[in-house]
Amino acid sequence: MDELLREFLTETSEHLDVVDIELVRFEQDPNNTTILQNIFRLVHTIKGTCGFLGLPRLETLAHAAESLMGKFRDGMPVTSDAVSLILATIDRIKLILGELERTAAEPPGLDEDLIEGLERLGSTGEVDIRAANDASGGRPAPSPEDARRDAPAHDEMASPDGPPQSPAREDEARRAVAEVEEARAPRVQTIRVTVNTLEHLMTMVSELVLTRNQLLEIARRQDDTAFKVPLQRLSHVTAELQEGVMKTRMQPIGSAWQKLPRVVRGLATELGKQIDLVMQGAETELDRQVLEIIKDPLTHMVRNSADHGIESPAERVARGKPERGTIRLGAYHEGGTITIEVSDDGRGLDYRRIRRTVIERGLAAEIDVDRMSDAQVAKFIFHPGFTTTSSVTAVSGRGVGMDVVKSNLELIGGTIDIHSEFGRGTTFTIKIPLTLAIIAALIVSARGQRFAIPQVAVLELVRVRPGSDHEIEHIDDTPVLRLRDRLLPVVPLAALLQLDVGHQGANDDGFIVITQVGRQRFGILVDGVFHTEEIVVKPMSRRLRHLSLFSGNTILGDGAVVLIIDPNGVSRTVGVSVGERAMFTDEVAEAPAPEEEEEKEAVTLLVFRAGGDGLKAVPLSVVTRLEEVDASKIERVGGRILLQYRGRLMPLVPADPAVRVRTEGAQPIVVFSDGDRALGLMVDEIVDIVEEHIVIDLVTDRPEVVGSAIVRGRAAEIVNVAHFLPLGHEDWLNRGSPPSAAARTVLLVDDSAFFRSLLGPVLKAAGYRVAIANDADEALAIFAAGRKVDVVVTDIEMPGKSGFDLIEALRVEPATADIPVIALSSYVSQSIVERARRLGVADFVAKFDRSGLIAALAEACPSYGEAA
Amino acid sequence: MTATSSEAGRRPTAVAGDENCQYVTVTVGGQRFGLPIAQVHDVFIVHAITRVPLAPLEIKGLLNLRGRVVTAVCLRTRLGMPDRAEEGEVTAVGLESAGESYGLLVDSVGEVLQLGQDSREPNPVHLNPRWAGLSRGVHRLDDQLLIVLDVDAVLAFGVDARAA
Repeated sequence: MDELLREFLTETSEHLDVVDIELVRFEQDPNNTTILQNIFRLVHTIKGTCGFLGLPRLETLAHAAESLMGKFRDGMPVTSDAVSLILATIDRIKLILGELERTAAEPPGLDEDLIEGLERLGSTGEVDIRAANDASGGRPAPSPEDARRDAPAHDEMASPDGPPQSPAREDEARRAVAEVEEARAPRVQTIRVTVNTLEHLMTMVSELVLTRNQLLEIARRQDDTAFKVPLQRLSHVTAELQEGVMKTRMQPIGSAWQKLPRVVRGLATELGKQIDLVMQGAETELDRQVLEIIKDPLTHMVRNSADHGIESPAERVARGKPERGTIRLGAYHEGGTITIEVSDDGRGLDYRRIRRTVIERGLAAEIDVDRMSDAQVAKFIFHPGFTTTSSVTAVSGRGVGMDVVKSNLELIGGTIDIHSEFGRGTTFTIKIPLTLAIIAALIVSARGQRFAIPQVAVLELVRVRPGSDHEIEHIDDTPVLRLRDRLLPVVPLAALLQLDVGHQGANDDGFIVITQVGRQRFGILVDGVFHTEEIVVKPMSRRLRHLSLFSGNTILGDGAVVLIIDPNGVSRTVGVSVGERAMFTDEVAEAPAPEEEEEKEAVTLLVFRAGGDGLKAVPLSVVTRLEEVDASKIERVGGRILLQYRGRLMPLVPADPAVRVRTEGAQPIVVFSDGDRALGLMVDEIVDIVEEHIVIDLVTDRPEVVGSAIVRGRAAEIVNVAHFLPLGHEDWLNRGSPPSAAARTVLLVDDSAFFRSLLGPVLKAAGYRVAIANDADEALAIFAAGRKVDVVVTDIEMPGKSGFDLIEALRVEPATADIPVIALSSYVSQSIVERARRLGVADFVAKFDRSGLIAALAEACPSYGEAA
Repeated sequence: MTATSSEAGRRPTAVAGDENCQYVTVTVGGQRFGLPIAQVHDVFIVHAITRVPLAPLEIKGLLNLRGRVVTAVCLRTRLGMPDRAEEGEVTAVGLESAGESYGLLVDSVGEVLQLGQDSREPNPVHLNPRWAGLSRGVHRLDDQLLIVLDVDAVLAFGVDARAA
């Protein structure tokens, strides 16, 4: 096909999409001259270009529509019929364009029906069509002759009636026309580049990123610093280049929405409903490739909302709702993902009917269905084929092909959630990755083989080991993990991938990658966790694409090929048990969204009595287990109290000097452990385990107590575990901590109570004094109060002021400008590292890397000492 | 070691004619096979293979060939032979099929031969069906027989084979 014609087709279809939207807006607001002006100009441009390319049928049609719109602009009242007629005309134009695209020629046929209608409508006004055109256009559309007059260098051009002869010439002549157009519209500084060019550029940048990563990997292993500075620079430039190229692939999501107002309008007219479509965040940008994939699912969902969600006006009025229904489309960025919401204020899901159908169709047992929450029941509308029965579609109002929508989204690592209230409306929430090409991934290992898990899906990491803070428990060989009072299914990666052939031994030592897919949470058990790396996703070979557990592969910085685990695929293996095992079904629905949970998160405390009636407490997260031991087994050796515990001698220490060490009966013990060391804290009585938002009033003069807090309405002393650990093992303190650390104060800033309670004791155990702040403002207040802080450990991602904001604020103040800062982050990208470097951040430590943090502190403190 | 078509083109050609074909010869389990040179990209030594769990047996894993991820297919497994007993260097022939890169793992790679139609015969009727499915005929060489491999058939297994 002629290059020029192809370009015309692309451009025209873009124009038409805009006209679609504008027309609907116009009908709602017929007095808005700006909208009318826009429509007029667009149709006019189409007409002009058609005439130039020698497409008479299109030209005539566009001309008739343009004339009518000229009338509107001159004040003729706009009727719904008129808009419908123009929409019909535009549909015809699209039809012809479609034919053009296929055959490169206009299809034969007449459009007299439409043209007559348009002219008749137009002539009910007093002005005749031609006159209207002249009067309204200011100047008539540039005919081919005009264009040639404007471009004197092309006198020898082909005759206006003949087909275009040489693309180069046409192009120049066309530019002449374009210049006429440009004189009216402000000049836009853009060029058209083929997608192939961009794709190629993207591939090359991806390779560059890989090579950069390889270089960084080599540099990390060598002490030769000569490379470091240029490498930093290269790294920086590469990151910017990558970002720039990614940007070229970005398109506003609005381009996928363009057809929707038209779709909704059509359906509303057809179904006799009144529907408003509200779109927010149309400017939100996402990767072109992603956009292409979500276009159809989105249209489908909006269609569903209009068709089944919104009730008829009569029904709405009867329910006390406004006559007009509203469908809302919203898009916004959130971290590395884009959230799109499609919601309506229609009738919502009829959960009773869905439950009944689920049972009738044998998708789940009645007893299970009864136990399921509404949210879980709603998920059945994504069940393949669920919606084929008309009764459900008619009543529940949802679902034609929702399974297809879901699988399309999952294809690109997206998730879909549904929230619906019967009679009130339904909201679908879609989360999709910003781009498919480069993602941050956590590198883990199972049985010596490395795998990448996309960081987006990872919530946190939990170290598990028999007898430690967290350990895997089994229910009929099914591994589960207790995490903050919830039971999570655990999937051992090695077993899932059948790597265990010939491997014997315990399967419950390692790390659990807590993963969330949709609202389903589960843990993936791996043997080791390395680091986060930006990886270039390469598709799986066709021969391997059927393996749903992998979404692709990549080459790491050290040149090794690793497979990328697809959390969706893993979740499906868990999902199988959802139907079979009732116990896991709960977590899908009742889990609050992670953000909510983070806000409400409280510390779980173990409350006990030791030496007196007063309550004492420790964060449960630092407790390994609670034991009641036979007091006769307690031994005293050389002034130390010891207990044979799990094949080892464990030192016992009274939690308070007043604790009476029992000699008979049961002695309650709180066991703490770190690595292979354990310590038993003897207490008088375990009282309770409570979850509380606590405010600790710090106490400085008593080393065994961190401070006091109100727990369950009573004052309790929060016991400083770090004080007791060295009493059992003299060398506990010395491991990894510098001798100078004793006097240093660390300010720990983290919005997550979990991490505060996790890291606080670690820091104390390493001999630091710890001050704690929940957010940047609290941290600044601590400085403002004149408290001496030697080093700051701050989380980067915090609601409100981020860690970076905090560091920036610190750098401005002379008193704190040089204070060493260690940044904690669960996600590290090149741009974050760059920013950290600019702000003089001493080190970056992954949130779960306790020993890394201690090492970083040891390094940061002496350097401060020297500087001071 | 690279056997591109240009390099092969410099070799003295024994017979000329349209019916002639150049083959990269490989050996597996003592048997010689010929791969049409047009489909062979390169020959390389395999350093590290990333095993793909749950993959079809024929796929030994993925490997990094100058920044590209290549799927390693074992010709021995494909032919129903046991894995090679001795350790040591693994040689692979780089192939392309439907826009994807494959490395065919073989015992060793020999010379490039130009063979005419006159020495070619159809598969013996009683040839093992597994082999017959991958073979496009046999060339009578002076010292040995050379089985011409159908590259697309060699790479069609697993999902495709089941679908077919």
